[in-house]
Amino acid sequence: MKRSRITECNEWILKRFPLAKLWNEHMTHYYAPKNFNFWYFFGSLALLVLVNQILTGIFLTMNYKPDAKLAFDSVEYIMRDVNWGWLIRYMHSTGSSAFFIVVYLHMFRGLLYGSFKHPRELIWIFGMLLFVALMAEAFMGYLLPWGQMSYWGAQVIISLFSAIPVIGDDLSLWLRGDYVVSDATLNRFFAFHVIAVPLALVMLVFLHIVALHEVGSNNPDGIEIKERKDPWGHPIDGIPFHPYYTVKDLVGVGVFLLFFATVIFYMPEMGGYFLEHANFIPADPMKTPEHIAPVWYFTPFYAILRAIPDKFAGVIGMGGAIVVLFLLPWLDRSPVKSIRYRGGIYKKALCLFVISFLALGYLGTQPATPTATVFARIFTTIYFGFFMLMPIYTRWEKTKPVPTRLTKAHSLEEQLHTLEEQLPALIEEITEVKKPAGDEIGHAAFKSSFFTRRPRPKGIINVISRLAKKAKGSLD
Amino acid sequence: MKNLVALLSLLLLSFGVAASESVELQKAHIDLSNNASLQRGAKHFVTYCLGCHSIKHIRYLRIALDTGVDQKMMLKDIAPEGASIYDQLHSAMNKHDAEKWFGTQPPDLSLIARSRGADWIYSYLKSYYIDPKSPRGVNNLVFEDTAMPNPLWQLQGEQYAEPKKTIWGEYTKLVLKERGTLSEGEFDMFVNDLVNFLVYVSEPVQLERQRIGKYVIFFIFMFTVVAYLLKKEYWKDVD
Amino acid sequence: MNNKGVDQSKRQFLTSALTVVGAVGTGYLAVPFLAQMQPSVKAMAAGAPVEVDLSKMEPGQLIRVAWRGKPVWILNRTPEVLETLKTLDDELRDPLSQESIQPESSKNPARSIKPEIFVAVGLCTHLGCSPTFRPEIAPHDLGEKWKGGFFCPCHGSWFDLAGRVYRGVPAPTNLEIPPYRYITDTLLIVGEEEASA
Repeated sequence: MKRSRITECNEWILKRFPLAKLWNEHMTHYYAPKNFNFWYFFGSLALLVLVNQILTGIFLTMNYKPDAKLAFDSVEYIMRDVNWGWLIRYMHSTGSSAFFIVVYLHMFRGLLYGSFKHPRELIWIFGMLLFVALMAEAFMGYLLPWGQMSYWGAQVIISLFSAIPVIGDDLSLWLRGDYVVSDATLNRFFAFHVIAVPLALVMLVFLHIVALHEVGSNNPDGIEIKERKDPWGHPIDGIPFHPYYTVKDLVGVGVFLLFFATVIFYMPEMGGYFLEHANFIPADPMKTPEHIAPVWYFTPFYAILRAIPDKFAGVIGMGGAIVVLFLLPWLDRSPVKSIRYRGGIYKKALCLFVISFLALGYLGTQPATPTATVFARIFTTIYFGFFMLMPIYTRWEKTKPVPTRLTKAHSLEEQLHTLEEQLPALIEEITEVKKPAGDEIGHAAFKSSFFTRRPRPKGIINVISRLAKKAKGSLD
Repeated sequence: MKNLVALLSLLLLSFGVAASESVELQKAHIDLSNNASLQRGAKHFVTYCLGCHSIKHIRYLRIALDTGVDQKMMLKDIAPEGASIYDQLHSAMNKHDAEKWFGTQPPDLSLIARSRGADWIYSYLKSYYIDPKSPRGVNNLVFEDTAMPNPLWQLQGEQYAEPKKTIWGEYTKLVLKERGTLSEGEFDMFVNDLVNFLVYVSEPVQLERQRIGKYVIFFIFMFTVVAYLLKKEYWKDVD
Repeated sequence: MNNKGVDQSKRQFLTSALTVVGAVGTGYLAVPFLAQMQPSVKAMAAGAPVEVDLSKMEPGQLIRVAWRGKPVWILNRTPEVLETLKTLDDELRDPLSQESIQPESSKNPARSIKPEIFVAVGLCTHLGCSPTFRPEIAPHDLGEKWKGGFFCPCHGSWFDLAGRVYRGVPAPTNLEIPPYRYITDTLLIVGEEEASA
């Protein structure tokens, strides 16, 4: 009796809604390559952070006041008087930085393994649109606390639009709804931040995933697993997403949450990078802080803006730095996807690109001294060079043959195991036995062989040069 | 590659030089678990600062609960006459008067420790000196031409600035010429208590979140361990 | 893929274990979110006890004060009113306030500490409208049976001048009496109960 009731109810729903079909298509019968490595955690983590942001955002909205006179105080009200308000606020503020960390790593994974290449161009485009929407979301959210950095950051960024010829001034006026950033600006940014952009983000995430599940996931080898199927029509090198990758991603979620919770509970300001010191001063339209810097995730683009000595060209440069990413699928002419089978030039180029991106990020947080500007220009050139020269060097470089089947992934466990095996020999190499210096006092553990040894310079140099050779070898 | 390393090191050097220009700050000793210090700091604040500066984001009740003071004692000993336990630390000063007297409104100090940092406040309060050239007769080494008169001068005494030369360069040293009602050690402790209180006030939940954090992180760690075991079990299927 | 030799019971156990840990975690995570919708310290500060000075009150006068954002009435009842109250029991639903909310010190027929001073939360126990004060006897619109009391305009509930509800009206119980006590003879504090000793 009981069973039939539940079954009936299930059938009633399933006849009207394809729940089982959706579950099968996207979870149990979605075949993903079996050699995903560390870099493949960040997609699901980005989804987790999005959920975190929406959930905490809803609860923050209950007490936040989008009014220039009340906004700053309402944030402090949340931090102090609202039950657990501090936790929800820190989850949201840390979440925004975490979002960018996760998304930057997710994008870097795409660069590593050519996930943007045919047939995944559209996934990349949706992803880039997500990135742009995310930047808009973060930028508008940053105005809401109505601190000094919020205010002057928004003032600077909106003024960028005034650099556009002819319509620029009217456009920035229209965006602000006032002659300076004001209550009107705050109120409309609030509307965009809590409704418009999140809706766009959720829709784009949906499109991103639908497009991904149509063509299937790429993998560290850059091989299409759908080309080799078993008699039942499943890719030989594929495994069902559920349960294999759901349980794997849960481990990733756990590790991510460890970091996330550590920041929330022990370093929510992250040394002034996640929450800037000057933002604890209420916005004052009469007084600009001595040094304004955007939040860390915008600084690479901000550094590009400052590096170019012309207002309009600067804005074009900054916009171009993002637009050029959209074109990546067509700039890359290499016949292979994964960095594993590309030649040394792409590896070096990517390496330089990452260095210049990080350096630009650092420069963007610093005051624009003449030296800093020179370096910013060098790194800006490298940034654009990576993309502009890509059609040339990717076609020209010699690639390695791509295997037809996936190579085995080295799990963390195996790597730890090898390290464990090699460790005694390594210690033997980089240390040598101290001359016995009489009776040592202390715990027995400190008398063990490890603590009676001292560093051996020659061995250390040997190991470093070996590592350097290995690193160099992997770049060729 | 070599050139790149050289470039990067040059870059770091150039910023290192730029960063070390301002006055060196003295270190405040912050200990938010020291209730006695926080209570003294609260008392000092109400006596010496609340005349001009508010702390509008905290209530006497919260201070009483967090620093372990009985609510009645809070109202009797620390809060000014007539305050209610639910009141925030509002200043009695009229904003228009303040503007007339100081040229600026004294800022609310709820978040000063988060925007300026504890060491800055500590050094600032200790760095007033007699300066006949300044319109107020005093100046501050940390914050030049500050609009705030030294509220603690009777406690500290009178300091004078003296230029000093060493092999590393010139700097200004503050010398106490006339002793105040507190000895130097007592005054340091007085300022330190005040700064400790301001750090507490800037984020009253600090100790609480650090306490909770341990349990949360432990819990997530347990989750991760179980998730890892499950993953390992399932991935036995995958060669 | 190799499904041979799988220890199903171990999988089942680990899956359950992870589900339990995850559910506990989600439960704990829900606490701050639910708790943040509780009244904040600001709301509690606004709900702090209020002092009321009775020294200037005329007999028959009603004053209203706000406590926790609710209207609280303080009525100075005349001896005639107190006499009338004693005659109403038959028409009331809960004349002895057995089912109604009041502090122990006000659980008496006059529903007050001092008989003449009546203190009540001015919200109808039906759906929360604030009844109007109608001290006059048998007015035109309420008819012969009205002996003076509080009339709720929303759904027509009747209360006498001790806040006791009449029979045959929508309100289920008498008006709520808030905790209050006398600091001095003419100074009353609403929101704090009399010490039980």
